[in-house]
Amino acid sequence: MTQTFDADFLVRWLAAVAEAVDREADRLTELDSAIGDADHGANLKRGFAAVTETLAKDPPATPGAVLTAAGRQLISTVGGASGPLYGTLLRRTGKTLGDDGRVTREQLAEALDSGVTAVSQLGGAQVGDKTMLDALVPAVEGLRDSFGAARSAAEEGALATVPLRARKGRASYLGERSVGHQDPGATSSALLFAALDEIARTEASGAEGAS
Amino acid sequence: MRMLINVPETVVADALRGMAAAHPELTVDVERRVVVRRDAPVAGKVALVSGGGSGHEPLHGGFVGPGMLAAACPGEVFTSPVPDQMVRAAAAVDSGAGVLFVVKNYTGDVLNFEMAAELAEDEGIQVAKVLVDDDVAVTDSLYTAGRRGTGGTLFVEKIAGAAAEEGAPLERVEAIARRVNERCRSFGVALSACTTPAKGSPTFGLPEGELELGIGIHGEPGRERRPMMTSREIADFAVDAVVEDLRPSGPVIALVNGMGATPLLELYGFNAEVQRVLGERGVPVARTLVGNYVTSLDMAGCSVTLCEVDEDLLRLWDAPVETPALRWGR
Repeated sequence: MTQTFDADFLVRWLAAVAEAVDREADRLTELDSAIGDADHGANLKRGFAAVTETLAKDPPATPGAVLTAAGRQLISTVGGASGPLYGTLLRRTGKTLGDDGRVTREQLAEALDSGVTAVSQLGGAQVGDKTMLDALVPAVEGLRDSFGAARSAAEEGALATVPLRARKGRASYLGERSVGHQDPGATSSALLFAALDEIARTEASGAEGAS
Repeated sequence: MRMLINVPETVVADALRGMAAAHPELTVDVERRVVVRRDAPVAGKVALVSGGGSGHEPLHGGFVGPGMLAAACPGEVFTSPVPDQMVRAAAAVDSGAGVLFVVKNYTGDVLNFEMAAELAEDEGIQVAKVLVDDDVAVTDSLYTAGRRGTGGTLFVEKIAGAAAEEGAPLERVEAIARRVNERCRSFGVALSACTTPAKGSPTFGLPEGELELGIGIHGEPGRERRPMMTSREIADFAVDAVVEDLRPSGPVIALVNGMGATPLLELYGFNAEVQRVLGERGVPVARTLVGNYVTSLDMAGCSVTLCEVDEDLLRLWDAPVETPALRWGR
């Protein structure tokens, strides 16, 4: 039988993202200070902490509603470019998921695909511009196969930003000097999919234990 | 790095509480992060709302008051504010004559102000936007996020703010703001990096004896690094970069701006060199402003902004203004 995921699974995913962002905040800030303005770690930490708090206070009933609420919270809390971009990613993904009480991995991949498209439209960036899309686009493709494939694709995508020259966002002001640094946005995007893989593994072993 | 703070997390809120105490003529909502002139909304008048990351003080909160901004929204350090703040500010200052958002061209600011404009319009507020992109160090092309908004912001806020204070309708205030931006160019130089409270160490390493040319206002490295130059050489380089791009045919207003940690003694000395170069290039200077206005925390360095003015713009520049950081004519 195809495994399905409920609202609680998505709440746990976002809690795991909050933990990962908290753990990696200094590294994200360090990457950002090389080619940006040294605030990426602090901003995402603040944003995902607020998401966790909101979801705990008033847990939405469906996976779609969880992501929509999380996206709205990021837009209201983070600021900078990452607030609207990550907020739009989750909000659009949530809206695409609709009202289903349980969703499959394939549905999640499909919905994330529309979320990533919305991010690309909002920021006007494409794959290869040295942005979060360099991790997000391959990750969504990977998710059609497995959670593990999404995670590795995102991590490889983030690493592949190192030789790129930035064409969007603050790093683009550096021109050639942005080459040789890993993009902080692609790095944080990879954290999202690492957390998703972790939670999916926990879920799978929990399900086996129960059967 | 030693900083005069409590903890990094409360830097912005602490500053706002202090600002509220120092400026009873402003309404400062510390929790919601909106600074509003106390007499807003002013009947029949267009209101200017700006905002951006903190760390550039006195921009933008220090420019709130009669003759300039009606409200400002401070974000976290170097981080654009969120749409909720801008909508709240717009609602607080709109008299029904409409609101002009003054937006510095950075991806985050642009995205958040766009979202805010939509939300404010949903609430029945008429909103226009002007984008400030005066920094000549960035090539405006498909391969960058476009030119940055830096010192030109002060000119847009002052001159369009004066037009609003005179009672000009939204369409005209917006047109003047655009005209000012089109006639402003800036170039910045760093003698040291700055330190954000969150990071606690300099945003980039700058070896002794070198400087960074073509910097922005967020501690991001500039276009190139060179061996240290004298005030005279820096003025030649910066003014030439601005004049070659602006190609002014009439008089200019010059802003010789400190990045935060450069003493006024040095800035005035630098201004003497700036005036010399402008004289040599045959550019008449109508007015000059020297000081720390669009800063980058504790960065040492300076920027030069030139704004080409006609009679109308010069009159609006000279019009009375009464804000914490700019105050004349009253």
